[in-house]
Amino acid sequence: MLFALLAAPSFIDSLLLKFFSEPTVNYVIWPFIQIGLVVVITTGWVAYATYLERKISAFMQARLGPMRVGPWGLLQPIADGLKLLTKEDFIPENADRWIFFVAPYIAVVAAFIVLAVVPFGPDWAVITDVNIGVLFVLAVSSVGVLALILAGWSSNSKYALLGALRSSAQMVSYEVSMGLAIIGALMFARTLSLSGVVGAQASNSIWFLLYQPVGFMIFLVSGIAENNRAPFDLPEAESELVAGFHTEYSGFRWSLFFMAEYTAMVVVTAVATTLYLGGWYFPFVYRLTEAKGYHNVYVVISLLVFLAKAGLLLYLYFWLRWTLPRFRYDQLMDLGWKWMLPAALINIVITAIGVTVIQGLDNPSGMHTIKSLSAGLGLTASGKVIAIAFGIINLFLTAGVLSLINWRSRDFNLKKQRRQIRLVDLPKGKPAVMPASPGDVVSEARP
Amino acid sequence: MKDVRTMHQVEIATTKNALLDAPEMTLNMGPQHPSTHGVLRVVLKLDGETVIDLDCDVGYLHRGMEKIAENRTYTMIAPYWDRLDYIAAVSNGLVWVETVEQMIGLDVPRRAHYIRTILTELNRIASHLLWLGTHALDIGAVTILLWAFREREEILKIFERQFGARLTCHAWRIGGMPNDAYDDFASDVKRFVDNFPKRLDEYETVLSENRIWLSRTVGIGVISGEEAIAIGLSGPSLRGSGVAWDIRKARPYAAYADMDFDVPLGENGDTYDRYLVRMEEMRQSRRIVKQAIDNLPDGPVNAKVPKLIKPPVGDYYHSIEGPKGEIGCYLVSDGTQQPWRVRVRPPSFINLQALKQMSIGHLVADVVAIIGTLDIVLGEIDR
Repeated sequence: MLFALLAAPSFIDSLLLKFFSEPTVNYVIWPFIQIGLVVVITTGWVAYATYLERKISAFMQARLGPMRVGPWGLLQPIADGLKLLTKEDFIPENADRWIFFVAPYIAVVAAFIVLAVVPFGPDWAVITDVNIGVLFVLAVSSVGVLALILAGWSSNSKYALLGALRSSAQMVSYEVSMGLAIIGALMFARTLSLSGVVGAQASNSIWFLLYQPVGFMIFLVSGIAENNRAPFDLPEAESELVAGFHTEYSGFRWSLFFMAEYTAMVVVTAVATTLYLGGWYFPFVYRLTEAKGYHNVYVVISLLVFLAKAGLLLYLYFWLRWTLPRFRYDQLMDLGWKWMLPAALINIVITAIGVTVIQGLDNPSGMHTIKSLSAGLGLTASGKVIAIAFGIINLFLTAGVLSLINWRSRDFNLKKQRRQIRLVDLPKGKPAVMPASPGDVVSEARP
Repeated sequence: MKDVRTMHQVEIATTKNALLDAPEMTLNMGPQHPSTHGVLRVVLKLDGETVIDLDCDVGYLHRGMEKIAENRTYTMIAPYWDRLDYIAAVSNGLVWVETVEQMIGLDVPRRAHYIRTILTELNRIASHLLWLGTHALDIGAVTILLWAFREREEILKIFERQFGARLTCHAWRIGGMPNDAYDDFASDVKRFVDNFPKRLDEYETVLSENRIWLSRTVGIGVISGEEAIAIGLSGPSLRGSGVAWDIRKARPYAAYADMDFDVPLGENGDTYDRYLVRMEEMRQSRRIVKQAIDNLPDGPVNAKVPKLIKPPVGDYYHSIEGPKGEIGCYLVSDGTQQPWRVRVRPPSFINLQALKQMSIGHLVADVVAIIGTLDIVLGEIDR
């Protein structure tokens, strides 16, 4: 059964070739099948991410979560979707109708389009491999900000406007450190293509997480902030701004924003997996499957590996959301510009020095550090050790420099300001007994 | 280190010298807003997100309780009092019955006093747990809310078995209690008392050391002891500013004179101090409950109450330390079965007056945190 399924691509390929010419099949029909699959799978993944989030939060909060629709509430996302579709699509009286209509679609499109370049697996599991994939991801995901601003502005509501302003400021500032954090990983990958980044990790049998611990952390934090997820969910901070930029949205349009948010999360986890966790690469998979000739098995297992890694990061999102309180707007900006940005810059410098040192050590000293430059920076065992050492040094150095920059700031000194409360045993007063005789009362009663 | 107050307050001087002649924005928070704890309406004047002026609009839940009370007999008024601060119905009920008891000079049995102490302290814990949950929710930590509700549920179960209701329990009767404690009362309370400290420690691990929690609460909504007294703050909000005042100690009522407990005091009067004070108060309440349940005396729970309650002519004031502050009852009797005038001293209403002073110069997000830290209940503000 499994093998029949896995043989399917080649079978469909030969079937299609009977009806269409080869270029048509390769460049039109297959991409459409891939796109369809990715959209369907991502939508399902998003729907069940909401279910999982509810279940996980329930697990953390000593309750059950959805239990009524289907076994263990498994059909809850479908019921929610139906409910949202049948709700009234309400438009506020003085809203800017066209912009109000368009904004949710921009959000969804911006979130989904990134999936085109994400390498879910080797070979046919990638829709397209753009050679500037990383730039594409950064560029397109920032279009999502536009949707939020438009939604906030067109709603003609102060809460929505405040939410939109916050989100635009937030996304713009975190995009900077996010983009800078990636550069470290790219120095080892020597390519901007996302498939190329995975290839560089696979051919070196290493995850860039080991070379780039700081970069990974910055990327993840910035990613969470860019997705407007807790603890950075200020634009939709429900206790302050009701629902932020989508306060006035309801029904289907609201669900589009919701979907965009979750898709953006999936995208960030996917990109983080690709850049730092080796994408679909997992030790021994290649040797056990592809080397023995089971190509499609290899692709499918790699696909599952990718989903598992991305799912793990997604769990981190949920975990943080249901554990941490929310930042305040100015504190968020502080974190972005005073902590994340310097850290990203230090990361670039240290990584560059590391790479230079590794290259310099290679020839003159007779030490062999570089294996090849064909796919990324191919390092030998000693080269890897040096790179990892630089990664660890980087951690401490970044922490040092950051505390040097921020040692006078309020956030850095919070622990010092922490106080213990005093416990005092007050002397006991006289029991509260009221004068029972009318003569002692405070004043005469009125008639 | 700089003074906490100047260190954290956002500069609002910029508004006056603004280059652009931009008018400030007026934002209506409430009456339908997730974090105004009911139907409070706060009109904020904002410069960007900085609050430069603030006004509270109350009265959306006005039921005219004080007026209603003028047309009811003393026994009939009691259930109305449970609906003032519906989170702490048991404490509220106690003010009324104690006032009337003292007016007519009733001698309530010791056992009734002890059971009253246990149940009002449990109610204090329940009220503080609700405060903890909603306060944390306002600041964004959702999970704490459900954890706090889990503990509160234990208390509400005890209430349900004792009074037959969970939230709007009509707990007391003038002269004692409607009925004695139920059979498993002692064991239920003891189980709660044993489990509670562990759970409280768990909450503290999530919040007290959390950087985000610290940065959201330290130095926010600072009010000094003198200012607090001037406004008339009471309860944990007052003690957070370091003023040692607790009616349970100063003028002991019920069985508090027999109890041994400490009063937690804050230092800087900011949101974090008030948080710590309330957390510690829960521990002390547990201590009181433990003492009371261990030394629970036997005997009747009801005094002999006259059929017709006709207090002598005069003014009366009695107050207790409710979970939110001093709940007082000022009563004017004209010698008939009905009071001539009843006036509530509502802790939430008076505590709310500090909101403006605390919030100006802070951001919108802090206003939400400050409303949370004042621990207001609109049922009591609007009456």
